[in-house]
Amino acid sequence: MKEIKARTIEDTNKLAEKIAMLLNGNGCICLSGDLGAGKTTFTKALGKVLGIEEVITSPTFNILKIYEGKHNLYHIDAYRLEGLKQDLGFEEVFEEDGICVIEWYEFVKDIIPQQRLEIEIVLDGEIRVFKIHGTSSRYVEIEGEI
Amino acid sequence: MKDVVILAIESSCDESACAIVKNGKEILSNVVATQIEVHEKFGGVLPEVASRLHVEKISAVVEEALEEAKLSVDDVDAIAYTRGPGLIGSLHVGVQAAKTLAWAYQKPLIPIHHIKAHIFANHLITDLKFPLLSLVVSGGHSEIVLMSDEGSYEILGQTQDDAIGEAYDKVARVLDLGYPGGPKIDKLAKDGEAVYKLPQPKTEGIYDLSFSGLKSGVLQFIDRMKRKGEVIVDANLAASFQETALNEIMEKLLLAVDHYDVKQVLLAGGVAANSALRKKMETAFENRQEELVLPPLWCCTDNAAMVAVAGYFAFINGERGTFEQSAKPSLRVNEEN
Repeated sequence: MKEIKARTIEDTNKLAEKIAMLLNGNGCICLSGDLGAGKTTFTKALGKVLGIEEVITSPTFNILKIYEGKHNLYHIDAYRLEGLKQDLGFEEVFEEDGICVIEWYEFVKDIIPQQRLEIEIVLDGEIRVFKIHGTSSRYVEIEGEI
Repeated sequence: MKDVVILAIESSCDESACAIVKNGKEILSNVVATQIEVHEKFGGVLPEVASRLHVEKISAVVEEALEEAKLSVDDVDAIAYTRGPGLIGSLHVGVQAAKTLAWAYQKPLIPIHHIKAHIFANHLITDLKFPLLSLVVSGGHSEIVLMSDEGSYEILGQTQDDAIGEAYDKVARVLDLGYPGGPKIDKLAKDGEAVYKLPQPKTEGIYDLSFSGLKSGVLQFIDRMKRKGEVIVDANLAASFQETALNEIMEKLLLAVDHYDVKQVLLAGGVAANSALRKKMETAFENRQEELVLPPLWCCTDNAAMVAVAGYFAFINGERGTFEQSAKPSLRVNEEN
């Protein structure tokens, strides 16, 4: 596991840029952290790098939001799916080209891709600590290069 | 002029609905089958469950709407449907139902944007007068929309993060009030006073909104009080949150009303049911020139009558959809078909 500290929004933007570059247009990022930790903020930064012009807003209500850019961004929020065991019906999204960001993934761990980059955001005073963990060889490599 | 009858289908979230409306005004039938009871058990809407329930219910609601209106599909002029935004699986069901009817009965298809439909719901209460400003507030939306005429939409400002209804839900969850959180906070706030100081939302665009910082502010406030060993009065916190959130909305809306010369100001979307928001709107517009329209609750929540009204205006303006168009979960309000 790797820890990256972000003091400012610029630091978060830089980290998002780096991760987007390493993913190179496809992959799965799982975000966790308390309400207000900065999950959506990180996703917004990622979207900017992907060339998405639309305002990226919280997907909590719709569960899934799709943004078209240089690479598509699939933004999923499992906040309302706690305890769900059955199929999400999102296989197409997981298989398609593009970057998939899942917030509150711990609620649906068993029904999302097992190969992923897990990022936990912890608020330490004014500093955001990004704890990054790859679950497969591809993602471990990415973790190493961040 | 010949009467125009529109059959409309709505399935963007957790209501399967079908309505038949004459001339954008007269509701011949308005059938809604809600999934709320099912989703309440889970604490929210489940995409796969939602679309399966839509599949089960859609034919029945269409049949019931026709029966109630004493019409057959042959008698309607066009089929309108919600194309987006919404849950993808849920949208698909409505889109397929609409296409099937249009194909089988050789009727024109009219795709409708969900938010436009919410705005047009007000036409069921009173005639829309352009230009108008609409405040659209719901679980998934917080937008200030300018309409210069019935076919033009300009989003002046929108939430940069959470929708207001979502912020209500999340704060309600922290206060253990249950789901859906909006009505519960609204009720609890009546017993409290807005005495706690919470962070004021900040945005770049002058009409833009933001509720994520306020939500975090509530959490940090609770933490701070706990650390100090002080007791929080839940009703006061609910009132403080509500006051801050609604002031943000009112401030931006009034800025827009001052800047644009409009005839009407409309409220739309599920959060339009919030009693404190309605009161603030009434007070703010008491001595103003613009006509304020506060829709009754039945047309604020998702229904198909509002889709039929929007469909009526699109129909008489000559807008037609195609069979190639599919559901679009992130449809933009000013997107060309």
